[in-house]
Amino acid sequence: MRAELLARAEAILEAWVQARGEAPTREAVETFRLLALHRQGARGVPSFNACRETCREIAYHYNLLATRQDEKTQRMMEMLVRHLELFVRGKMEVEGLGDFCCASRPVRQQSGLEERTDG
Amino acid sequence: MSKYQRVAYYPGCALEGTGHAYNSSTKAVGKALGLELDEVKDWNCCGAMEVKNVDPKVQTYLSSRVMSIAANEMKASVVMAPCNGCYHNLKKAEYDLANDAASRETVDRISKKAGHETYQAGSLETIHALDWIKEGIGEEELKRRLKNSLKGLKVANYYGCMYTRPRHIFPEKDQGQGSESTSQPHFMDDLLAAAGAENVDFPLKTACCGGAHTLSDSDISTRLVLNILEAAEAAGADVIATECPTCHSGLEMHQVRAEKVLGRKTTVKMLYFTQLLGVALGIGPRKLGIHENVSDGMEALNKVL
Repeated sequence: MRAELLARAEAILEAWVQARGEAPTREAVETFRLLALHRQGARGVPSFNACRETCREIAYHYNLLATRQDEKTQRMMEMLVRHLELFVRGKMEVEGLGDFCCASRPVRQQSGLEERTDG
Repeated sequence: MSKYQRVAYYPGCALEGTGHAYNSSTKAVGKALGLELDEVKDWNCCGAMEVKNVDPKVQTYLSSRVMSIAANEMKASVVMAPCNGCYHNLKKAEYDLANDAASRETVDRISKKAGHETYQAGSLETIHALDWIKEGIGEEELKRRLKNSLKGLKVANYYGCMYTRPRHIFPEKDQGQGSESTSQPHFMDDLLAAAGAENVDFPLKTACCGGAHTLSDSDISTRLVLNILEAAEAAGADVIATECPTCHSGLEMHQVRAEKVLGRKTTVKMLYFTQLLGVALGIGPRKLGIHENVSDGMEALNKVL
């Protein structure tokens, strides 16, 4: 089950990377491809770091489940993966991604409203 | 005497509105611990999210004005901001002013136009309410002053995302033993454990609450919050301790919305960490603004009172 959950988390980040027009990495960070995918997905998008610790917790729970097969730890891992999915879904739905979670800077850049301090 | 014994206090807009109880409980706890606050005179909004979206350098200026008043007019060396958003923005402004010439130029130009001294990076230390109590008093002194114990209360400590991210604007964190961690923050856990609370293992302590999506996509926010609430309940928590007014009101309001819209009821209660510490210090619930919370914190606190 832990492998399925980890694969699901990787698929979520793959979707994010692909939506940005890149090929998902096959590399790993600290032995986890999930962490490498997160690093790739956050490149140039600082707001995506809001899910960095969620990814690290998924990796941590994956390791925990290798040593103890208890229901509570598995449920927590499921919730972490669900949180990642909700977060990424939100980011993909609201395509105005910016400096931090709610920033709509790129949308404003497109509409010519950006950088008005020089005037 | 600790350098945090008397600090400039920047409550920020949220603490005069939805986070009013956080303001009153922070002041009450400070008073009970012998820590003093000098409110920044004529402070303004830090720029929050809204200004940052329109023009990030204006947000840097707005935060720098607050720091200029604290450092130049009040001659303070430390400013304390209990709101994660304000704390984050002041830290970000400090970083930008230290590292970006264009930000310095913009801030200097607007400061001159506004008729006040330009804030110079490095003049002031910005801290959070957690740093103020943890470093200004510490767990041992806190234990000495306790009137009640939170023993029996199971707490999930929720820090949100702006307290630790992005990592580069918090250079004092991740400095080894005793310092705060950006990946596994523990200052709130430490303080509440000292007050007798039982901290549960809560993996979503730094997860996004969706506060940013609240207006643009409320349903995503509701689902993100619901997942946090359900994870806290699955971890066995009676209470989620918060240290950010935006996260706190988001958790409370979307708890109600999750039940209405999704039919998913959760019963875990939200309390500011200052309200919990206040209870342990023997301060009355009314002074701590517990009646102002949307979720009925007294229901959980009855376990320890």
